[in-house]
Amino acid sequence: MLVIVIILVSGLLLGRLLRKTSIPKNIGIAVNITLMLLLFALGVSVGSNDEVLRNFPIIGLDALILSLAAILGSIICGKFVYNKFFRHKSNK
Amino acid sequence: MKQSLIYLLLFIVGILLTIFVDLPEFLVASSFSKWVLYLLILLIGIQLGSGKNLFKAAKAFGGKIVLVPIATIIGTFAAVSLVSIFLPHRSLTDCLSVGAGFAYYSLSSVLITEARGAELGALALIANIMREFCVLIFAPLMVKYFGKLAPINAGGATTLDVTLPVILKYSGQDFLVISAFHGMFLDMSVMLFVPLFLSL
Repeated sequence: MLVIVIILVSGLLLGRLLRKTSIPKNIGIAVNITLMLLLFALGVSVGSNDEVLRNFPIIGLDALILSLAAILGSIICGKFVYNKFFRHKSNK
Repeated sequence: MKQSLIYLLLFIVGILLTIFVDLPEFLVASSFSKWVLYLLILLIGIQLGSGKNLFKAAKAFGGKIVLVPIATIIGTFAAVSLVSIFLPHRSLTDCLSVGAGFAYYSLSSVLITEARGAELGALALIANIMREFCVLIFAPLMVKYFGKLAPINAGGATTLDVTLPVILKYSGQDFLVISAFHGMFLDMSVMLFVPLFLSL
């Protein structure tokens, strides 16, 4: 995690330095391409894991139920916090 | 949304290619996705660093920023506990351990595999990948029906890196600080709560 924070901060500083150049405009495209690569890499990790592949039918449903529950629980609480503490008259 | 579907497609292609094709060694190595992730974070940092000043945004939020990860934690544990009633073959602590992964699938599944075995570990892996995935694909819907914090809450520990781009896109650039803080807070929470529930 520390590595991630260091990289993020380095990027922020680098971005600050590159402000006046034309590089930042093209970064969005680079982000998209990298995201696509990351999702592919994720697929490769899953595909190369025999444990996951073998168990998928059996535990897939449990995983789906738990993840949906976790998401719903989080966003319902989040909605409460959002409405109560983060909405200003100027926001929508 | 279209972009999210492209991501899903690439994910599936990744799985299928790995199963049916002999991929070059460097692609299959676990360090590959790690380095791609680092590259992504660097690019996001540059993108944000070259944009407008972030410190005003941080000051504007103040102490209530802590409520966002707390909402995620409470919401996740409550929902997962409730659902464990309907999964008689999974104990309460099993379900809580999986939920405590907060989409941080790599760390949580390793911790769980070591304590409770590969089956629960694989479940945690799949469930937390799905959680991350749902944010990448459904972020716009989450924002529409549950507000701008929704994809952050849903994204759990991934809101510092993997899901940050979609959060910024659909909730807005102003949510960078909240999202990054939320991700950091939950990264630490995973390391606290997963071992805790595994020991109960």
